[in-house]
Amino acid sequence: MTSGLLAVSYIGASILFILSLGGLSHQETARRGNVYGIIGMAIAIVATAMTGNVTNYAVLIPAVTVGGILGVTIALRVEMTQMPQLVAMLNSMVGLAAVLVAIASHLNPSFELTRAELIILDVEIYLSVLIGIVTFTGSVVAFAKLQALISGRPLLLPGRNWLNLLVAVALLWLAYEFLLAGNGAVPGPSLLGPISQNPALLPLGSFGLLLILVVIVLGGLLGIHFVLAIGGADMPVVVSVLNSYSGWAAAATGFMLGNDLLIVTGALVGSSGAILSYIMCRAMNRNFVSVILGGFGTEGGTITAGIDGEAVATTHEETADLLANAKNVIIVPGYGMAVAQAQNAVSDVVEKLRAGGTNVRFGIHPVAGRLPGHMNVLLADAKVPYDIVLEMDDINEDFPETDAVLVIGANDIVNPGAAEDPNSPIAGMPILEVWNARTVVVLKRSMATGYAGVENPLFFKENSRMLFGDAKESVQTVLSHLTN
Amino acid sequence: MLIGVPKEVHREERRVAATPDSAERLQKLGYSVAVETGAGAAAQFTDEAYREAGAEIVEEARDLWQKADIVLKVRGPEPHPALGLHESEMLKDNGHLISFIWPAQNEDLMGRLRARNGTILAMDTIPRISRAQKCDALSSMANIAGYRAVVEATNRFGRFFGGQTTAAGNVPPAKIMVIGAGVSGLSAIGAGARMGAIVRAFDTRPEVRQQVESLGAEFLELAFEEDGSGEGGYAKVMSEEFIKAEMDLFAHQAMEVDVIITTALIPGKPAPRLITAGMVESMQDGSVIVDLAAEQGGNCELTVPGDVAVRHGVSIIGYTDLPSRMATQSSQLYANNLWYLLDDLTPEKDGQIFVNMEDDLIRGATVIRNGDVTWPPPAPAVTPIPAPPPATEEPGEDPPEKGLHDGIKSVITMLIGGAILYGIGLYAPTSFMVHFTIFVLSCFVGWQVIWNVTPALHTPLMSVTNAISGIVIVGPLLMVSNSSTVITVLATAAIVIATINIAGGFVVTQRMLQMFRKS
Repeated sequence: MTSGLLAVSYIGASILFILSLGGLSHQETARRGNVYGIIGMAIAIVATAMTGNVTNYAVLIPAVTVGGILGVTIALRVEMTQMPQLVAMLNSMVGLAAVLVAIASHLNPSFELTRAELIILDVEIYLSVLIGIVTFTGSVVAFAKLQALISGRPLLLPGRNWLNLLVAVALLWLAYEFLLAGNGAVPGPSLLGPISQNPALLPLGSFGLLLILVVIVLGGLLGIHFVLAIGGADMPVVVSVLNSYSGWAAAATGFMLGNDLLIVTGALVGSSGAILSYIMCRAMNRNFVSVILGGFGTEGGTITAGIDGEAVATTHEETADLLANAKNVIIVPGYGMAVAQAQNAVSDVVEKLRAGGTNVRFGIHPVAGRLPGHMNVLLADAKVPYDIVLEMDDINEDFPETDAVLVIGANDIVNPGAAEDPNSPIAGMPILEVWNARTVVVLKRSMATGYAGVENPLFFKENSRMLFGDAKESVQTVLSHLTN
Repeated sequence: MLIGVPKEVHREERRVAATPDSAERLQKLGYSVAVETGAGAAAQFTDEAYREAGAEIVEEARDLWQKADIVLKVRGPEPHPALGLHESEMLKDNGHLISFIWPAQNEDLMGRLRARNGTILAMDTIPRISRAQKCDALSSMANIAGYRAVVEATNRFGRFFGGQTTAAGNVPPAKIMVIGAGVSGLSAIGAGARMGAIVRAFDTRPEVRQQVESLGAEFLELAFEEDGSGEGGYAKVMSEEFIKAEMDLFAHQAMEVDVIITTALIPGKPAPRLITAGMVESMQDGSVIVDLAAEQGGNCELTVPGDVAVRHGVSIIGYTDLPSRMATQSSQLYANNLWYLLDDLTPEKDGQIFVNMEDDLIRGATVIRNGDVTWPPPAPAVTPIPAPPPATEEPGEDPPEKGLHDGIKSVITMLIGGAILYGIGLYAPTSFMVHFTIFVLSCFVGWQVIWNVTPALHTPLMSVTNAISGIVIVGPLLMVSNSSTVITVLATAAIVIATINIAGGFVVTQRMLQMFRKS
């Protein structure tokens, strides 16, 4: 394939990728968008594989086959509740691939480049390795947290911000040393000069490779530490950030290889992740930096002052009665619904109520769940039509005309303290104003506080009722009362 | 312990202190329940229904009182017309009684009850704290009285409440004025508004304005500033000037409205006289006044407590038993209030009553404990609505500063960005600049496209971006044919990993998108 044809294929692939993301603006066009993405990817891979200097098909084809089978198998087996884990895992793959490609490029420099170009290449290799490894280890830790392999609580090392700063300074210095020792060899005084001449390093090939390995270790630790310090409910931000990093890693690889398709795609993915992170932060009224620095929900403690009252418990019968007699019902799901796997039972209740002419809708907070849009996917999986699943801003005005609200496994996102109490740790966070409805039933395991560790005044409001117990069982019992 | 529910002996009292439903739930607290025969008959609860709920039916009132460790009643004890003795005399030694008592007005009754060495809890002295709302029988009854007041008014009123346009001509809606927006007033406002009448309401406490308006009524205002909020959410006595302004308003409204419902009460005082004989005279013939304060003397000068009086062509309803006129509903709510109180009184749910004097709610309700008068209780600190925190900052000062701060910030950001771009442009070779241009443009395209993605599809967005970021496969594809084994191995590993991403990402996205369906 000629280089002209290759360039045209890459342009086609880039356009198809943009169309693919554009298709996601509506549910109707989303599937077509995904198909565009697949076609774009196929064109890019085939065109690349057909270029003249690719000859090693004996390795290439089996590698693609093995990867493809693994990917499809994982994708078909994954439960919708495990989507956050899957996304974290896929993010880690991009990071790892970027690191591997960077090492390979370092070992295989092109000698047709000018010295300035070689220096830029070294910078690109360095960035590629660093972003890639942070993405990789960070995503692996995020995966472990989401899969509950390790505790979701933030791990706070003493002086953690100083530790991060120290590592950052070390990484900057390593970058300098790498440029001194790299293929482009910038002149300058080196602290490691004597070591770089040590013959013991020869088996490694070059001193630069040793530096890359050190960067991998340090960057890896940085990624691990970064995600460990962030608590469970900030996971939507973390996963979005890592998603963004994986894009930047791909873009860095593109610069390194001088490949525009990689640059375009990396930039698309990187900005997508960045926007999602921004949306998530805004939905929690939190500063991006403060989320990244971690440790939320561990300080300040619970604020109980000003709450006077008692949460009134209700029964499944009363809840069923309430729903049966309501004209307008809004259901507000949270991560608790996903944990209890209650979405199918909820869907059955919705179907039952809708069959009886009740107007049932869902109100989704942007940070409900552990992944942007997580609740929408779960509800879609449970066969809830998407046109009754509304965003927070679209449904907040409707609560005053609503007879009954069911809050299932959500806490902070319906906490009136965010709107009413300026001293609350979550003050200013936009919330679903469920208490404006006539009656609110909160399905909850216990009176424990939510992720933010803040007492929820909603439970003590006059029109709130608590339905304690496992969400799935509760909803199923309510359903059986509705059916009788 | 055994809970006894006798039949009410007050003339025309139709309510009962337990329904079959509450009797069943009382047993879940560990009690056994006995009901006097016919106790619920006037409220449409048959003996049979109680029996089915697991309660024992007792024929003789005297037996019931003797057996019961806890007696639940609506009205306080009175002379029993059939047995010829006072109900309080039948209370078991050291027994418990829970009912309305009104200890301030009934000194004689308090004396009799004290002599029984029992423990008496009064539903009317439960403190007005949020936690006690579930036990607040006064509110339950007031709610019913307010609703019933509207029903009684429609009954006496010769026209529709709601306006109608008919072939036979237009009917204007009735106009109702409600004085006092407490629980009963709000309930009357709601009921009147639901029937389509134009409702106006007046209250001396400005904080109820929102509640009134939320029910669809107009809040009448005086051109006069005085806050009438007293302790515990009740009203207090107002100044003379205020009362004069208020009376002018009522006199003016009386000429306009068809129905007046008055609910004005001040705790421990006779009801304030708000509607004079002159105002009644100024009302149109066929108008109706419902005086919910009749028992405390009435808000209207011409009210005859307990009866309907027609004066100057206006029906003045002074019934004092409105809740009892809706006995089924009021029994149900009252029985629930009692159940919640007993729930608090039975911490172990073992059928053993424990009068915990440390508990504000129980302390407030207990008027006699083991023969000692414990009323009135020490005043609890009641703050129904927390006072707004005083504004410490001048609100006008802040925004411009912040705006300036933001402005400086964005200027600095732009300067730094510009400097970086300048630096790159100065030193970077052309080949790099070509890629860099594409990179920056792609970021902008991404920015534009991603903002259009509907939030419902954010998860598929993440998985599809996972898939397309597998495009890093292009790198290892170009390297896999390298002569160096190390590089080939690295490239192969990268190809496998990237393909997992591509295949997994696209397939799972397709799976997700197929689930989204319209109704």
